Amino acid sequence: MPPSHLPPLFAEWFSDRGWQPRPHQLELLATVRGGRSALLVAPTGAGKTLAGFLPSLVELSEAGKGRRGLHTLYVSPLKALAVDIARNLDAPIAGMNLPVTVETRTGDTPAHKRTRQIARPPDILLTTPEQLSLLLAHREAEGLFAGLRTVVLDELHALVTSKRGDLLALALARLRRLAPGLRAIGLSATVREPDELRKYLVSQTPSRSQAAEQAVAAPAAAPAMADLVVAGGGAKPDLHMLDIGRTLPLAGHTARHAMPAIYDLIRAHRTVLVFVNTRLQAEYTFQELWRLNEDTLPIALHHGSLDASQRRRVEAAMAAGQLRAIVCTATLDLGIDWGDVDLVVNVGAPKGASRIMQRIGRANHRMDEPSKAYLVPGNRFEMLECRAALDAVEEAAQDTPDARIGAPDVLAQHVLGMACADAFDPLDLYDEIVSAAPYAGLTWEEFEAVVDYVATGGYALRAYERFAKILRGADGKWRVRDARVAQQYRMNVGTIVESTHVKVRLARHLRGKPGTVIPKTGKVLGEIEEDFCETLTVGDTFLFAGEVLRFEGLAEDECMATRAGPGTDPAIPSYAGSKFPLSTFLAARVRAIIADPFEWDRLPPQLATYLAQQRRHSLLPGERDLLVETFPRSGRYYLTAFPFEGRLAHQTLGMLLTRRLERARLRPLGFAANDYGIAIWMTKDVSERIALSPSFVEALFDEDMLGDDLEAWLDESAMMKRTFRQCAVIAGLIERRFPGQKKTGRQVTISTDLIYDVLRRHQPDHLLLRAARQDAATGLLDVTRLGMMLRRIRGRIIHRSLDRVSPLSVSVMLEIGRERVYGEGADDILAEAEAALLEEALG
Amino acid sequence: MALAKRLEKTVKGTDLSLAGEALSLDRSGALWLPEHRTLVVSDLHLEKGSAYAARSGQFLPPFDTRETLSCLHEAIQRLDPACVVALGDSFHDARGPERMEPGDRAMIAALQEGRDWVWIAGNHDAAVSEGVGGRYCETLTLGGLTLRHEPLVGAGDGEIAGHLHPCGKVSMRGRSVRRRCFVSDGRRLVMPAFGAYTGGLNVRDVAFEPLFANGFTAYLLGDGRVFAIGRSMLGRD
Repeated sequence: MPPSHLPPLFAEWFSDRGWQPRPHQLELLATVRGGRSALLVAPTGAGKTLAGFLPSLVELSEAGKGRRGLHTLYVSPLKALAVDIARNLDAPIAGMNLPVTVETRTGDTPAHKRTRQIARPPDILLTTPEQLSLLLAHREAEGLFAGLRTVVLDELHALVTSKRGDLLALALARLRRLAPGLRAIGLSATVREPDELRKYLVSQTPSRSQAAEQAVAAPAAAPAMADLVVAGGGAKPDLHMLDIGRTLPLAGHTARHAMPAIYDLIRAHRTVLVFVNTRLQAEYTFQELWRLNEDTLPIALHHGSLDASQRRRVEAAMAAGQLRAIVCTATLDLGIDWGDVDLVVNVGAPKGASRIMQRIGRANHRMDEPSKAYLVPGNRFEMLECRAALDAVEEAAQDTPDARIGAPDVLAQHVLGMACADAFDPLDLYDEIVSAAPYAGLTWEEFEAVVDYVATGGYALRAYERFAKILRGADGKWRVRDARVAQQYRMNVGTIVESTHVKVRLARHLRGKPGTVIPKTGKVLGEIEEDFCETLTVGDTFLFAGEVLRFEGLAEDECMATRAGPGTDPAIPSYAGSKFPLSTFLAARVRAIIADPFEWDRLPPQLATYLAQQRRHSLLPGERDLLVETFPRSGRYYLTAFPFEGRLAHQTLGMLLTRRLERARLRPLGFAANDYGIAIWMTKDVSERIALSPSFVEALFDEDMLGDDLEAWLDESAMMKRTFRQCAVIAGLIERRFPGQKKTGRQVTISTDLIYDVLRRHQPDHLLLRAARQDAATGLLDVTRLGMMLRRIRGRIIHRSLDRVSPLSVSVMLEIGRERVYGEGADDILAEAEAALLEEALG
Repeated sequence: MALAKRLEKTVKGTDLSLAGEALSLDRSGALWLPEHRTLVVSDLHLEKGSAYAARSGQFLPPFDTRETLSCLHEAIQRLDPACVVALGDSFHDARGPERMEPGDRAMIAALQEGRDWVWIAGNHDAAVSEGVGGRYCETLTLGGLTLRHEPLVGAGDGEIAGHLHPCGKVSMRGRSVRRRCFVSDGRRLVMPAFGAYTGGLNVRDVAFEPLFANGFTAYLLGDGRVFAIGRSMLGRD
């Protein structure tokens, strides 16, 4: 490492504080100063942020006060993180008295400051992907970014896995064009295979001069990648599975049994972060901890549905060291550095190795000291998952983020943004877009279809030519029609489509009429997902904002609730499983543990006993096998299967198997799924059918179910409609609903379901339908993973016909009645409701 | 499934009587008056998609008019009415007919051939549209029935109206089904909206209260037939 890269001023600053510049910090400095882009992979607490900014700080200090214009752009997935980084940069800048200005630009930045930032930008601007897209769509973008030298992308591993990553990739491609010679620095937590991230950072279609250079330097086939800088180990985390010395239930995720032990941990530590997987679980855990909280320790709650001001209060109290514990969801997953957390507790299944590493890293934000954390399984299966996660952390093995294929809806949004910035030449814009890794495979025809969509909706029926949003001039360039279209773009930018929320209002009872409430009275407690509300019926009790509430009905888009009597247990679930499906990587590890009895020594004894019981009663599948069990129970016949591919893939599988069983006249009635398996129940004896024709099971799980059956189901699927809605919002087909915005009257809102139905019938190959199908493959339906599983188990299905339920099957049977039952036609539900009327009339 | 079959009495619809007249509720959302050989459809909202494109630059799939007319075509083919009544809000706005595709215009003309066609004025298309054939009126009387767009509070027996776009929601075991519906108390009938892009107002909304002071039955349009659902089984949104 040539020492010359670190100027004396900086070397002094480090040594004054008793620090040594870390090798990865110097290596990154050398790489970036050499004009190269780089990916820095480092564990939490390794001084990643400082490393990312060091090249910029050095260059800016050398340039001195005379320099003008934006030098460095920093993009983070969280607004709060950008604000936090601004604070952290203050130390070196003030400490060395550097002539460097730093500002943030988020949705909260006032209008006058935004205007000034464009006229007179700071040296370093900290922002989010959405704000960057807005800046790039600005008429002044070209001048603003012309002198940009560096872009720093923080938490890159978290960004690239979503549509936000697609949007950011497109923004990066534009930046490269506006600022030739731009160096991109990606900061990432440890990932096993960093190559996808390295590709993401650099152009995938090198310019002619670069191509010539590369032809000399490397074989032509090698993909363009940023340099890789890896920070050394750091202390291994001090990680354990919480042993409470009791037998865990076979299902459920509440970890109720572990609450006293968690409370004891809180008492024994300074500040504890208690991570859970869902909001419902957060509410439940918070409630339980306070029930035990005899010392009235300051324990707070933090999740996305709480009022923003309440969340800010919790964050401030945390930073000030006033809290002993925070029960939180993924809202605190990413890197904000507050206060002195000395223990992380993760309640429920870890779901993914990377997620758990990230969460553990929240404790003790210093690399040399080990982070301390406990994993708390909610049931016996989650013990398996915890074991697999412990092993993964021990080996520092992580789930590798899959490379995404750029979404067409995001591209449509970007193309409109680029037209807002300036007239674009389609050939130039195409070249720019395919330089972004997620869009490297985009064909010219696909690009044209996107441009056509942006202009007039992309319909076979050319009805909207005269209203076109972008118009092609005589010079062949596309221009935005008018200021209103640009305004619409600005209102719609971004890829995060919130599910609609409804207010929860504490209603008052109507005097003298128990069971009736007066709408629009009482205080608002917060907001709840509309989807969740849909599942409630009057009288259901549930947890919200730390209280047990009784659902009284919906009135004018509000969820009316009353306080449930003291001692009432919430009936509607705090379990609600996990929003994150079990990662493929962790699932494979779980299967391997089950398959290998020698591994069982490392499991808690109760779990080993359970697995041994299963082996006695039925069998344990090999690592690549699929176990299918059939058995009768209370007059019905059950089929269970254990693919271990996550709940989303299993729900899709359940839907498709139900259709097949229906065709086989076995009369399936419903199914339930969890992360590990599915159970389907039916009125006909499925064991008998398999005995008569042994190939029945193989045929049932044949891969061809992903053909017509899937297509037919997708067309009607509510999840598909939801996916379509998200694409339609991102692509600007329908307007975004903002939180708090009242639902408008029946004539004004058009349900996306109606649009979906009409579009599907009249133009099934429309861009947005293709976008929705692409999402379904990996998103809510996880069809891709299902397909991989079906290929894996071909010829490896092991069927057991049992006389009663096996230990393994009990776990998924317990989901019945908790999870929603799919597979019932709308007409069946209506017929049942009609029968009630008939009874009323006859009785 | 067995239940659905057992209860299925008529495939085509549900039969009612209103002010002594026979009514058949068609699963398409149209109303069939056999004694008058008249088919009634309400709130077609034709050219709603293009109205959005013209007004707000939202490019909804421009197939809504075609879709609505195809459904109407299907019902007309099946029932062969002597007269078709469009019960108001037939076009989403007064300029709708101008924006209509020539093919769709031709389709309307074909449907009108050989039968009487009445456009009843609605609040969206109060101004008389031109060039789409048929005759116009505010209300129409057929025997004991009065057909108008907007239901009148305190109207006498036998009123058939639209305007409100009624929808009913049934929830059971964690699943809910929300469908367009007819609403009737045996004295008056409110029809569902027929248009492809027409949303719905829940029948439990206050707007229905003054019309049905003594309760009602909702007739929900299922996939295969119409289902009669009592008020107690209908949920709010």
